[in-house]
Amino acid sequence: MIDKIAASVADALAGVRDGSTVLIGGFGTAGIPNELIDGLIAQGAKDLVVVNNNAGNGDTGLAALLMTGRVRKIICSFPRQADSHVFDGLYRSGRIELELVPQGNLAERIRAAGAGIGAFFTPTGFGTDLAKGKETREINGRHYVLEHPIYGDVALIKAERGDRWGNLMFRKAARNFGPVMAMGAKMTVASVHEIAELGELEPEAVVTPGIFVSRIVKIDRVATQGGGFKS
Amino acid sequence: MSYVKRSKEQLAQRVARDIHDGAYVNLGIGMPTLVANHLPKGIEVVLHSENGILGMGPAPAEGQEDYDLINAGKQPVTLLTGGSYFHHADSFAMMRGGHLDICVLGAFQVSATGDLANWHTGEKDAIPAVGGAMDLAIGAKQTWVMMDLLTKKGESKVVEKCGYPLTGIGCVKRIYSDLATLECTPGGLKLIDKVEGLGHGELEQLIGLPIRRHT
Repeated sequence: MIDKIAASVADALAGVRDGSTVLIGGFGTAGIPNELIDGLIAQGAKDLVVVNNNAGNGDTGLAALLMTGRVRKIICSFPRQADSHVFDGLYRSGRIELELVPQGNLAERIRAAGAGIGAFFTPTGFGTDLAKGKETREINGRHYVLEHPIYGDVALIKAERGDRWGNLMFRKAARNFGPVMAMGAKMTVASVHEIAELGELEPEAVVTPGIFVSRIVKIDRVATQGGGFKS
Repeated sequence: MSYVKRSKEQLAQRVARDIHDGAYVNLGIGMPTLVANHLPKGIEVVLHSENGILGMGPAPAEGQEDYDLINAGKQPVTLLTGGSYFHHADSFAMMRGGHLDICVLGAFQVSATGDLANWHTGEKDAIPAVGGAMDLAIGAKQTWVMMDLLTKKGESKVVEKCGYPLTGIGCVKRIYSDLATLECTPGGLKLIDKVEGLGHGELEQLIGLPIRRHT
C-alpha cells in the first residue's frame, strides 16, 4: 500500500541532511510553504543551499531560516525587496553566497534536473554579466548560453489538495514553482490544505502526479497567512 | 517652437494604441502596467503574468484580495473569464519560446540598435536582482520599452552603447517615450512619431544620435 501522508510536519521532514540543496516553492505571497520552512528550522539541518525565487521577506518563513545561519548559499532571481533585510544583512557582511539566476532559467534548470536533461542552451542572458564564463553557441543564427540543472535533495512546496498517492492540485497562482520543484528533487514534501480520498481528485485535473511527490502533510487553511483566506 | 511632453497616461495611451486585437501581452512592473488601463475598447487582449497567469484582470475591489492571485509585482489581481493558471517553466516557455506577441518594459538605457539595460545600475554596493527581465527581453515577438527619454539630469536614456549592465542584446524593437516613439534597427534609430512642436533636429540633439525620418 502506498501512503505518503505524514502525520506531522516533523515526520514529513525527517531525514533532511546537513549540506542538502533545498528547493522552496513560492512567489510573493503565493505558494510559500511557510509551515514546512518552520519545520525545517526545527529539524535543524545546516550548511544548506536554498533555491527560491526570492530571498525571504520580513522576519518569518525563509527569512527566519536564513536568520539561523544554516543557509550557506541561496540561488534565486530576485533577492532584493523592500523587506528583505535579513538577506541583505547576511549578504553585505559576506555570510551568505548568492547565485543570481534569471527567473526563467531558474525554473528551466530545476525542470531539467527533474527531466533528466544534462544541460541546455537558452537564449536568456546571452551577452550579459549573468552569462560570464559560461559556454555559448550559435544555433541557427541565434546565440545561446549553456545552463546546467539545479538538482534538489529536498523540495518543500505548498499545494491545495492531495491524496495518499501524492497526487496534487494547486490553487490559482500559488502553483508557480511547485510542479517543477516537485520534479527536480530526490525527496519532495508538499503541504496541502485538504487530503482527498484516492480517486476523489479528478484525474484530468491532477497537476503534479504522485510519482514526483514523496510525502504530503495537511496544514489547516486557517493557519496559512494570506493564501486567499483571510482570517 | 515649444512642445509639451506626453504625460504618463498619454504615454500609456500611445503604447496601448499599437496593441492589436488578440495579442498576448506582458506588461512589466512600473510604468508599463498603466497600459492596461488604456487598451482600446472592443478588442480582446490577453495579459500574461510571469508567475503563471494568462487573462490577468485588474486589481480586485477592496476586501476581495486573494493572495494566491497576485501579479509579478506581488499585488493582488483578478482573473478574467477564459483565463488560466500554469507553472513557472510553462510561463517562461511562453516568453522564451516566442509565444508572447508583445512585452512592454521599463529601462535605464536602450541603445540605438536595441540593446537593453534595465536590471542593474552596476553600483558596487547594490544587491543585484534580475527576476524575469532577461527572459522577457529576449522572449517576446516584440519587446517595447516605455520610459522618459531623459534622466532627471537631462541625459538621454537612448544611447549609442549602454553604460549600465545589459539585460539583452538587440532585443528592443520600439521605444515609446514622453517625447517621441522610435524604432531600434541594426542600422540605428528611426522615427515613428514625436510630440507636436518638437523639431527633428532638436530631438536628434537631445539624444545625440542621428535618427532616420519616418518614410
